[in-house]
Amino acid sequence: MLTDITIGQYFPAPSLLHRLDPRMKLILTVLWIAMVFVPKNWFGLLLAVAFLVLCIALSGLPGRLIFKSIRPILPLILFTSILNIFYVSGGRLLFSWWIFKVHTGGLITAAFIGIRIICLIIGSSLLTYTTSPTALTDALERLLSPLKVLHLQVHELAMMMTIALRFIPTLIEETDKIMSAQKARGADFESGGLMKRVKAMIPILIPLFVSAFRRAYELATAMECRCYQGGEGRTRMKQLHLARRDYLSLAVSLAVLALLIVMNILIDPVL
Amino acid sequence: MEIINAQALSFSYENPDEAPHIVLEGVDLSIEKGSFVALLGANGSGKSTLAKQCNAILLPTGGKLLVDGMDTADPDRLFDVRRTVGLVLQNPDNQLVSSIVEEDVAFGPENLGLPPQEIRRRVEDSLRAVGMYGYKDSAPHKLSGGQKQRVAIAGILAMQPDCLVLDEPTAMLDPQGRREVLQTVHALNRDRGMTVVIITHYMEEAAGADRVLVMDGGKICMDGTPREIFSQVDKLRECRLDVPQPTELCYRLRQKGVNLPADILTAEEFVAAFEAVLKEGADR
Repeated sequence: MLTDITIGQYFPAPSLLHRLDPRMKLILTVLWIAMVFVPKNWFGLLLAVAFLVLCIALSGLPGRLIFKSIRPILPLILFTSILNIFYVSGGRLLFSWWIFKVHTGGLITAAFIGIRIICLIIGSSLLTYTTSPTALTDALERLLSPLKVLHLQVHELAMMMTIALRFIPTLIEETDKIMSAQKARGADFESGGLMKRVKAMIPILIPLFVSAFRRAYELATAMECRCYQGGEGRTRMKQLHLARRDYLSLAVSLAVLALLIVMNILIDPVL
Repeated sequence: MEIINAQALSFSYENPDEAPHIVLEGVDLSIEKGSFVALLGANGSGKSTLAKQCNAILLPTGGKLLVDGMDTADPDRLFDVRRTVGLVLQNPDNQLVSSIVEEDVAFGPENLGLPPQEIRRRVEDSLRAVGMYGYKDSAPHKLSGGQKQRVAIAGILAMQPDCLVLDEPTAMLDPQGRREVLQTVHALNRDRGMTVVIITHYMEEAAGADRVLVMDGGKICMDGTPREIFSQVDKLRECRLDVPQPTELCYRLRQKGVNLPADILTAEEFVAAFEAVLKEGADR
């Protein structure tokens, strides 16, 4: 059934990472991206991987979830690794056939970049695994609110995300209904070539769009009934508070990042 | 004290090329605080338009509408009007804003700019009032139609209105959901003295009200207690409406010369009255 899909990939659990303030988790994710790209030597990369393993252990997530997050990008990792192996020269020549030449430098670069990408994906999926979409939207709105000075419509953006999240299941259910209705009248979505199948989607999309606009109109009325007047003067029921664990996790992450920079200075780079 | 007071209220959609499309025509109406009013009318009779006038979603094009003494056409009082009269719409799916029940209920009070503790208090109170407190962390799409509509009602209640206007709140629900919503609305009227105006197509729902209004062609054509209204079967038919089934049965039996009262509303009343008639026949 189409309705069985979950939005985002939130996996509820009572772990430390789940309890962290979503704003802090966003900041930590940005820090993590820096931590992945700073190391220029194996020891630094090893430290970053160790930090990631610690985070995974603190997240209380099952291992299969972690693996699931990298599966979709495996082809990309493979592709970049192969390019790196053949394009990067330097070091000893290991293998040569026709125009293909493999150097030790290529192998090292491929491994280094591959590990970097895997770490990056796992680290950022920890954010979406441990934070519900609503909490994430909320955190984004609050973190971006200083940009209001630049006339960025932060509240409107967040409201749009909230409503989109709310209506995804509703519209999926609707699609299901329309498909059943069209099938009952003999529509065929499964056979034929690509073009034929794309054309078969038109009788689904048109009613879906019409109904989405009708829903939007009604929702606007309902929001007006509840005194909605934009972000001005609005308060929030759920207040976010930075706790000691949030400051502590920030301190640890900054310390690791600082250590990585120091290691870069002291140890010769491999790349 | 009256909470809603319409004086020669008219509303029409202006059309530059054609004659204006008149939806409401000279409606005079006053609704007392604490009453439970059912508003009936065939499709296109103007009842939804009247509901939207009550909280200034639409504004009169003629006459005026006072909500608790405030003119709905006064832009300075717009949000006071909407805080006083809450409007619940037909489709619960299209009224819920957030993907978490309690956050959705909080949407109204958040818009009013209340302090967080006060919002929390109101959200919990409203969810308890509609019997949905146990679902506060659920996602709306996992709830049944009746439950979603109760959440929508809680969302309006959290703004603490004096009057609740419901525009066919049960039209899209199954019988179980209809019962849930009606019981909730009746409880609010009984326990909290909330004024309720409910628009419905189900005559059985109207039979439980204090007062029934019937609209036809943009005018209020009948106004009275359920008994007064439903005993006038012919007049209701002229307004393209039905009567509750027990009333209908009574009406047909009376036409055949059976001596039954004209103002029967429920199956229980009918059984009692019919028993009396049978006994009378046996005595004779």
